[in-house]
Formats: sequence, structure tokens, C-alpha cells
Amino acid sequence: MPVPSLEDFMARAYAMELEANERYAQFAEQLDTHNNREVAQMFRKLAAVEALHAKRILEEMGWPSMPALPPAYAWETLEAPETAAFDELHYLMQPMHALEIALKCEQQAQKYFEDIAAGDVPPAVKQAALEMADEEREHVQLIRDWMKRVPQPRPNWDEDPDPPRVTE
Amino acid sequence: MGQRVNAPGAPMLAPKDFKSDYKPVWCPGCGDYSVLSAITKALAMLALKPENVAVVSGIGCSSRIPAYTTCYGFHGVHGRALPVATGLKAARPDLTVLVASGDGDGYSIGGNHFLHACRRNLDLTYIVMDNHVYGMTKGQPSPTTEPDWSSKLAPGGTGLREFHPLVIALASGANFIARAYSGDPNGCAALIAEAVRHPGFSFVEVLSPCVTFRPEQREWKTMVHPAPVAATDDPGRAARRLMTDDGFNVGVLYKGKRPAYARANGGNQTVEALACQFRA
Amino acid sequence: MDALGSVSVALAGSGGAGVMTAGNMLLEAASHAGYYGLMTRTSGPQIRGGEAAAMLRISTFPGDGQDDAFHVLAAIDWQNVARFAAELPLAPASLILGDPAAGEPPEVFTKSGARYAPVPLKVTAAEIAGAWPNMVALGVLAGIIGLPAASLEAAARKAMKKGLEPGIAAAQRGYALAAQLPALRLAPPPARSDRWLITGNEAAGYGALRGGVRFVAAYPITPATELLEYLAPALAKVGGTLVQAEDELASINMALGASYGGVPSLTATSGPGLSLMIESLGLGVAAEVPVVVVDVMRTGPSTGIATKSEQADLGTALYGLHGDAPHVVVAPNSLEDCLAATEWAVGLAEALQVPAIVLSDQYLGQARGVVDAPALGSAAVARLTAQGGEGYRRYALTPAGVSPMAIPGTPGATYTADGLEHNERGTPSSQASDHAAQMDKRARKLAQLDPGEAWASVEGEGDTALVTFGSCTGPAREALARNGKGVKLVSLRLLAPAQPERLKKALAGVKRVLVLEQNHSGQFLRYLRAEYDLPGEVKSLRRPGPLPFRPAEIQHALAQWGSA
Ligand SMILES: Cc1ncc(C[n+]2csc(CCOP(=O)(O)OP(=O)(O)O)c2C)c(N)n1
Ligand code: SF4
Repeated sequence: MPVPSLEDFMARAYAMELEANERYAQFAEQLDTHNNREVAQMFRKLAAVEALHAKRILEEMGWPSMPALPPAYAWETLEAPETAAFDELHYLMQPMHALEIALKCEQQAQKYFEDIAAGDVPPAVKQAALEMADEEREHVQLIRDWMKRVPQPRPNWDEDPDPPRVTE
Repeated sequence: MGQRVNAPGAPMLAPKDFKSDYKPVWCPGCGDYSVLSAITKALAMLALKPENVAVVSGIGCSSRIPAYTTCYGFHGVHGRALPVATGLKAARPDLTVLVASGDGDGYSIGGNHFLHACRRNLDLTYIVMDNHVYGMTKGQPSPTTEPDWSSKLAPGGTGLREFHPLVIALASGANFIARAYSGDPNGCAALIAEAVRHPGFSFVEVLSPCVTFRPEQREWKTMVHPAPVAATDDPGRAARRLMTDDGFNVGVLYKGKRPAYARANGGNQTVEALACQFRA
Repeated sequence: MDALGSVSVALAGSGGAGVMTAGNMLLEAASHAGYYGLMTRTSGPQIRGGEAAAMLRISTFPGDGQDDAFHVLAAIDWQNVARFAAELPLAPASLILGDPAAGEPPEVFTKSGARYAPVPLKVTAAEIAGAWPNMVALGVLAGIIGLPAASLEAAARKAMKKGLEPGIAAAQRGYALAAQLPALRLAPPPARSDRWLITGNEAAGYGALRGGVRFVAAYPITPATELLEYLAPALAKVGGTLVQAEDELASINMALGASYGGVPSLTATSGPGLSLMIESLGLGVAAEVPVVVVDVMRTGPSTGIATKSEQADLGTALYGLHGDAPHVVVAPNSLEDCLAATEWAVGLAEALQVPAIVLSDQYLGQARGVVDAPALGSAAVARLTAQGGEGYRRYALTPAGVSPMAIPGTPGATYTADGLEHNERGTPSSQASDHAAQMDKRARKLAQLDPGEAWASVEGEGDTALVTFGSCTGPAREALARNGKGVKLVSLRLLAPAQPERLKKALAGVKRVLVLEQNHSGQFLRYLRAEYDLPGEVKSLRRPGPLPFRPAEIQHALAQWGSA
């Protein structure tokens, strides 16, 4: 994937963090609606972490706001590497599941940056990509530590004695 | 796939400006959340204002979408989204009208309207969230359900072959035919935006998993792939392509050149003048 | 014998005979001569070539009912015309005219005691190149009625696009033949006045336009098609739009969609189509979208007799919607009232943001009449719209029940119209309190409606009341005009919302009520019993379509009570 400049690279990184933040916020909202407050709260925390990362990128680059991106800007994956898929959510999910989702996202992000660093890119981009990959590696570790502090999901966690409701 | 498209020139509104604060009732994980996100992104890309857009739907989980936007909405009765939208667009050509349906709403109870909306070719964008099941009524087979999918109402499956909405759209005269996947909201947004821009009746079939009644549809993310060739404007080629389609080609598959339905209704006589014909 | 106030003539024949064309010209000629007139029609089921009859009544007074019997039955041929015998009652004083070449008239007609006079229609027409027997028959009828020859010629000139000269010549021959036949002594025409020549369907269509309708969705169905076909070009002239729908499920929803977009909308149909529209009429009630459906009733159930009249959709129109769904039902009670009633219905729908059904019927819709030029009301009623702004609530609980409706395009007032129960903002709600509040609101709109005098036609005084609606009103009026001492006519125009206080006042002092309607089960009677208190003794005079009531039958029913 051509990443011609540091600005371009950082813009992608920023977009990535922002999308991850938005998705976690949406997840939190969905689970609130479906009365899974505990996991909603975790997603809110994850969203806050991503927002912080995004903000740091702006500060590092001295950008007042989101830079304009090239008109057609493609991710290799369906969505940005750090964005959790919509269909990963379950209304009965447990905190561990949320962390599993987050872990996968951080790992994808780490790999994304490593791939860029390994590619044919200007030295400034390579340097930045390596730094970002390191950061993501730290996040992966943080999540792993966090996982140790939450209980294992109980067996058959997704079982609901009641059938779904028909509304219309 | 996965395009993040920015309109040339900053969009006037952000996707979130098209999202209402009314919280969706959908199951967490439902593909329709993504479609909602794609619609709001598309409207932002198109630099439209919510008050100039109407989202019309029927009944079903997917049809709940209008109230989740900040646009004008019309949540009608089961199967009748297209006629409502047709009346609205014919009477108010200045509005951008999106129509949202599910596979039951759009292809079963509303199937006839689908044929005629394609044929009429009014400038509408028809988004069908296809999950191969009736979600809202708890998992009965729809016209796009696989013949061997077993359910309470059809134990062992319906034994009926699936309906092919894209082929039917083409045969009925739709002017733009695309397939999108909800798991790719950015790509889906780009397709919806393109559909809105294309004149005439634009049909976007969105594969949108029902995680509650068809949890196996989570696998769709491994099955979808970009359409191998670019869109054609030749209905014959499009037909051959669609007939051999595996159901997971994503992208614009047909872009026709039929002019959109237009009726000059510029008459400016007074109603009083019309009484002449009745004078004895 | 006194001169007649009206003459009734029927012209029958099988396909290709041109009885409708001739009938229309006779009506035009009568109009030209200064008379009032009415033409109704009946026909066999064949698409082409079927037997048909044009039934005319030419009179010195306005009216849209048929007389007790026909003075003249003229037939170009008798093939299968006997099938209409029930619709073509004759009296001993009636005259039967027929072409000797077509054989003797069927016994069902002659057994009335009517005199038969053969008239050589074919032979006479054959003498003129390019002439048709129907024009000879037209001339004969105009002659025995005593219409001026100039009126006959004027009518032919107005109506005929080809074969005009031979046509006129044939009509003149027929006119001359009439000299040898017994004449009908029709009284001289009344003083000239401003008149219209119009069908009930056209009147309804024109009323819709006057009411402000600018969008129509159409799915053809007998006998509503002509209403839609009138509107297609007429709408285009005033800048409106008509879309042909794929079915009635679509047409009602298209009308709802257009109306939601701010454009007053209408569709027209008959019983089968009304049944298909019912679910979506409920959507109009719940989402508070104004829309008008003109139901030109025909005989049911199912396909019934598609070309003939009956007042049997009343129950569906009033009570067919599921859930508690207050809406408006208006019934025109004369041909020309199709205009005012439809215009009124559009105004009510717009003002109350509610669906309105106009219950017309085949008789009124397809009847073509010379009527006094209708008094045209003031400007169309405007819908209460919203300008937008902070905290817009589409379904705000206003005292009047009507809340300002935002039209798409209005900034700051977007909302979703919904058939799901909702709160004031329009957000779906399954809470008992929201349901109760919105139900109250929707009921309040109608409960507060003040229809003024328009709710019914109340005519005459007496302690017997004749209560009816729709096309039964014409013969009822005539029965009372003949001998209506002690009888009061109440013809309801606003059927929903019911007006119990008004009817109570109208029936004050009444001891007997005769309820008149054209259906088998007494739907109107049951409606009256459910919604109103009827004083004293109540009797029902009813029968299913397609035979219209004749004044004498109504007189007879009243006479049994000794009041007429
Ligand atoms: C006239 C009518 N019949 C039946 C129903 C019940 N009903 C509600 S939604 C639905 C099917 C919805 O399926 P689909 O359109 O595929 O949407 P999904 O819920 O899967 O998004 C049915 C049958 C109804 N509301 N109205
Ligand atoms: S039942 Fe299926 S379609 Fe409906 S909201 Fe749930 S996941 Fe979505």
C-alpha cells in the first residue's frame, strides 16, 4: 500500500483511532439499550482510550483538527484494522468478550503498522510506523493484563430462557 | 472495498448529524446497525441536508431505520414502502427519497411493488437489508431463504429455490443495481451514495446478517468479495453475469442509461377555468 | 291529461346499435331545449357487442331519481334486452317502439299492457347513405317528446365527429315518423338558468380539484375509472400529478406518500379496491396523514355485479379499519352533490389530518345529468403546517387534537410519520399512557368537528321521518315532492363522525322513522341503531342493488303508516 508521506501515514493512524473510538461508543450505546450495563461501561472505557490515542496524534502533528484525507482512501480490510465488526456484539456478552474483541483489534492494528514499516516507504514513515506498532504492542499487553482481572464467562453465557420478542 | 471516501470539498454535515438520538431496538450485532451507519455516511458524503431527505420504510426490523435518522421519515405498513415513496417522490421531486426494506417486506408482501418501481424508474434509492429471514416475526423463511433452511414454520426447509432480487430488478427495468455488505459500512456507504447520484430507480441489496435467527451469517464476512469486473451498462451482459452470480459479489453490477421517470406537470390553468367543459 | 313534468324513455339494443351515443345526444338535445335531464345506463356483461340500454328522464325540474315506470321503451333490436326487464318497468300507458325487422317485443315487456308500435328504423336508415338506425330512433324519441328539431340538430352537431350530415338527415326522418305516433305531452321547459351537464364521477373529480387535490394515484376499477380518467388530464392542466399504481395497495400508499409530502391527495376505487386499501387507511389515521378515497360502490360481495349500484360498502367504510380508527365518511346525496361532498371531504381530511372516504355509488357516479350549476364555495381548506424550531412535536397534544404538520423540506422539524403508536414527538412507544393520549387526540379531532348545516339534508316537516343517505335520496325526495305532507326527509351526508345531537334535534317530535337504503342486510339501519337514538317506531325499507328505488315504492311504504 503506498504511503507517500508522514502526514499521510499519521492521517491514516488518526482515522483508525477515531473509527475505533466511534465503534466502541456505538457498542456501549447498543448494550445500554439492551440492558447490559456492565459491558457497555467497558466499551465506554475502550472508546475513551481510543479517543486519547487520536488526540495524541493531533498533538504530535500539531494539527488543530482532522486533516483532509486523500479522496479515495482504502483499507485492505472491510473496515479500519482497529475497528471491531458490528456483528461481534451480543446482548448477553460478558466483560471477557469485550476484551477479546479489543485484543483482536489491537493485534490487527499492530500488524497493520508492522506491515507498513516493513514495506517500501519513506524513512520517516517507517520510523513512525515502528513507533505506532510498539504502542499497539503495549496496548495488547495492557488488554491481556486486564483480561486477568475479569472473570471467565460462565458456560452457556449466551443462553436465554425466553425466546426473542415479536414486536410488529 | 473498504473505501473511505471523502467528497471533494468538505462535507457540510458529518454522518452523526444524520443520526437521531432515538436508540435502535435491534439486537446487538445486527447488520442493520451498519447499514444505518452507511446511510448516514452516504448522506454526509452527498452533502445533503436532513430536511431535504426522506427515508421511507415498511415493517420489519430493518424497516425501523427511518426514525434512527434525523431526516424526514415515514414508517408505513408491511410491504408498502415503495408506493409511499413513489407518491412522495412524484409529488415532491425536489426531495431525495431513500426507501428501506427487508427481504420479507420488499420481496414477499411487497414483491409486486418492487417489479413496478423498477419498471417505473422514478428517481428513488431502494435499500433492501437482506438477511434471508423474517427477523421481526422470529425467524420464518423469506423469499431469499435457502431451500433447506429449517425453521418452526417450515421444518426441514421450504424446498423452494431462492428468489433472485438482482435478476428480477434487472428484468423489471431498474436503472442501477448493486450489492453491498453491511460488514463493510464504508463500502456500503459509497455504494449508497453512488446509487443516490445515479438517476432513476437504484436498487442496493445489502447483505445484512440477522445474528439472532441466522447466526451463521456472521460467516458472510469470509464469503463476500468485490465484483471481479466493473459495472456494465449492457443489460444483456449484466443478466449473464447475475445469473451466474454466487450471491456474494459486492459492488455495482449494473448501471443503466434509462432516463428517470419524469412527468411534466407544469399546467397552470385555474380550477375555475376547468368548469367550462361542464356548462350545458 | 295534464302535461307531464317529466318523461322517461329507454333506448335499448345490442352491441353496435349505438344506443348510448343516441341517448347522450337526446340528453344534449333536451338540455339545449331548456329541460333538465338524467341518463343512466345498463348493459350486459360482454365487453363488446352486449345488449345495452340508455335510460333517460327529461324533466321540467331538477332531480336524479328515476320515475316509477318508463313512458317509452324503444329498441333497435330485442336480442337479450329482456334481461333488463326488471330495470325497465313499464305501465299500461307506456309505449313500446321496435323495428318490425327485429321481431316482436318480448313478452316481459308487453305483459305490462303497454302498447306496441312498430317503427321501421333500419329501413329508414337504409334510405340515407351512411346513416344508422340509432339516429332514426333518436329522431323518433325527440319527436314524440316534442323537443324542437333545432335542439336535435344542435345536439348532433355537438356530439358527432363523423357521419354528421347523414346522421342529421336520419334523425330528421325519425323526427317526422314521430308525427304518426302517440305524443308525450311534456310541459314546456322551465325558465332558463345556468346549468351543467355532468356525471357524478366528473363532479366528484372536479370537487376534488376544487378542494385542492393535486396528486392522484389510480388503479382502474368499474365504476370509478371514469373519475380517474377525468382527473388525469384535468390534473395536468392545473399542475398536478397522476400516477397509475400497480394495485390498490399501492394507490392508497402513493396517495399517503404524496400527502405526507404536503400535496393534498386522493384515490378513487370501488368495493374490492376499498378492501385492499383498508390497512393503509388505518396508517393514515395513526400517522395523521390526510387522504381522500372516493368509493364508487358497486354490488358486492367479491366481484359482485361490477357495473351496477348498491349501498353495501357502508359497513366497511365505517367500521372496516382495524383498531379504533376515527376517520371521516361523507356520502353525496345527489349527482351534483358529488362535487360539493368530495370538495368538503378534501377539506375535512386536510383540516383534521385524517383519511376521508367519500361513499358515492355506481348510480350517482355514472349518471349523466343536466343540473343547476352548483354553487361553488370559497377557497380550499389549508392544512395546519409547522414552521420548525426547537423541540418540534409532530403529534403534540393540542386542545383541538390537530397538531401542526411539518412538510418535508422544512428545516428543524424532521420527524418520522409512523403507524406504530408513538408519543408526541412521533417516537414509537408501547406505553399505555401514550396510547391513551394519542387515541384521545385522534378522537378529539373528530369529536370537535362542527359540520354546520352540511351534516345532512333536512327537508319538510312532520311526525314521520324518512331517513336515508346517498343515491336513495333522489327517489325519496321525489316521493315526498308528490305527497310528502307530514313527512320529514333526513338524508345524512356526514356519516362519520356521527352527529347524534344533530339527528336528535332533527327528529324531535318524530313518531315514526322509515329507514331507506339499498343493501340486503340493513347496514344503514344497524349504523343508525348503533350511533343514534331513533324515536318511536322504526321500519326498514331496503333491498340490494341493482334496482334503484322508485318514488312510488317509498310512497307506498309511507302510506302503510297512513302518513303519505
Ligand atoms: C400485513 C402484515 N402482515 C404481517 C405482519 C407481520 N410482520 C412484521 S415484520 C414481518 C417480516 C419482516 O421480515 P423482513 O422484511 O425480512 O425484515 P427483517 O425483520 O428481517 O428486517 C412480518 C411478516 C405485519 N406487520 N403486517
Ligand atoms: S432479529 Fe435479526 S434482523 Fe431483527 S434486529 Fe435482531 S438480528 Fe437484526
